[in-house]
Amino acid sequence: MNPHAPPLRGSLPPEGADPAWGGPAPDRMSATPLGPQSLELDCAAELARISAWIPRVLTQKLRRRGLVVAISGGIDSSVCAALSVRAIGAKKVFGLLLPERDSSGFSTERGRQLAEHLGIEYQVHDIAPALEALGCYAQRDEAIRRVVPAYGEGWKNKIVIAGGVEGGINYFKLVVQSPEGEQQSVRLPLREYLQIVAATNFKQRVRKTMDYYHADRLNYAVVGTPNRLEYDQGFFVKNGDGSADLKPIAHLYKTQVYAMARHLGLPEAICSAVPTTDTYTLPQGQDEFYFALPYAQMDLALWALEHGHTAEELAVALGMTAEQAQRVYDDIRAKRRATEYLAAAPELMPA
Amino acid sequence: MSTIKAEVRHYIQENLLLGAGAVSPGDDESFLEHQVLDSTGFLELVAHLEETYGIKIGDDEMVPENLDSLNAIEAFVQRKREVKA
Repeated sequence: MNPHAPPLRGSLPPEGADPAWGGPAPDRMSATPLGPQSLELDCAAELARISAWIPRVLTQKLRRRGLVVAISGGIDSSVCAALSVRAIGAKKVFGLLLPERDSSGFSTERGRQLAEHLGIEYQVHDIAPALEALGCYAQRDEAIRRVVPAYGEGWKNKIVIAGGVEGGINYFKLVVQSPEGEQQSVRLPLREYLQIVAATNFKQRVRKTMDYYHADRLNYAVVGTPNRLEYDQGFFVKNGDGSADLKPIAHLYKTQVYAMARHLGLPEAICSAVPTTDTYTLPQGQDEFYFALPYAQMDLALWALEHGHTAEELAVALGMTAEQAQRVYDDIRAKRRATEYLAAAPELMPA
Repeated sequence: MSTIKAEVRHYIQENLLLGAGAVSPGDDESFLEHQVLDSTGFLELVAHLEETYGIKIGDDEMVPENLDSLNAIEAFVQRKREVKA
């Protein structure tokens, strides 16, 4: 565990913690030099801490008897499932694999491999028929056709972020690929962008509905799987993957989650999995869709910002100009502002 | 005040600030710095400018120098209209 890691919003205090734990993450100076070593994690100590925290939260706060973990085959949900097993035992953890039409076959395969490796009970439930009935695919495709009329059966798509890193204003491009393999890219007007995202968000929300069906059936709690980068930057769907009863790795940078996966001895296919959204039909990295930089660099930028390092210092660490580093800081702050409401409780009218 | 600036200010007040008592930006004040617009707000503004002034804003023109204040927008829209004419 990095001793300089600031507390996260809404996280529960460790035993004997400072009462200030749970407040906003402060910016503060650190004597630690900025570099990959900044994110080094004492995995054994952190594993012990999380393993003690989970049963305490489960029994004292949530009053449930076990945990439901939706397993995507990616690194975060795999580590969460493994931590859950370490904390309360395989018999008290239920895994869910929830593929749909656009999921990579590798995801389900890796998910099965993990569930077998952990020895947990699990279920594979194809959510494509539910999504079809809700209009997820039809609404998405209708919006795509408004900007690419030829889009249809056999075509693939993804959304990529553009502008911000080059000093411009963030906007989104739709990338489509015809059945013949020809790709085209077009800037998405706001209306179409919002409709594609809204339709796609059905996927995370239907998955969460399934999580809670099984949690209610078993009297279990639902594990949320965001890492610190995702949680801080609002990279989740409200009432979708953002919804959970406990989030055991929301304080760990993605780099640290990978380190924890290796410490936990998870299968190599999972430890070396490249982060993707697994939501669109074309392969899509998280940094293409949302983050300004690949995760290892984003982790360091977030760490540097939270520890009071200047843009000049970050620039040296990441091999970029100070101006570019400042844009990364600005982008982090802008995303925090824009997505703050995603993790917030509903606003109530003052009495 | 010029017609363009007045029109864009009115658009921002009506559609983005929603009469919530927020202070309208000064002519040269950055929308980003004063948190008047986020990235979604800029996309709304771009759609409005394209529709209202009959211009097409290119990807490389989606930069703060063109869009981040009333003065910048006025100068940008006027340049685009001159090129079009």
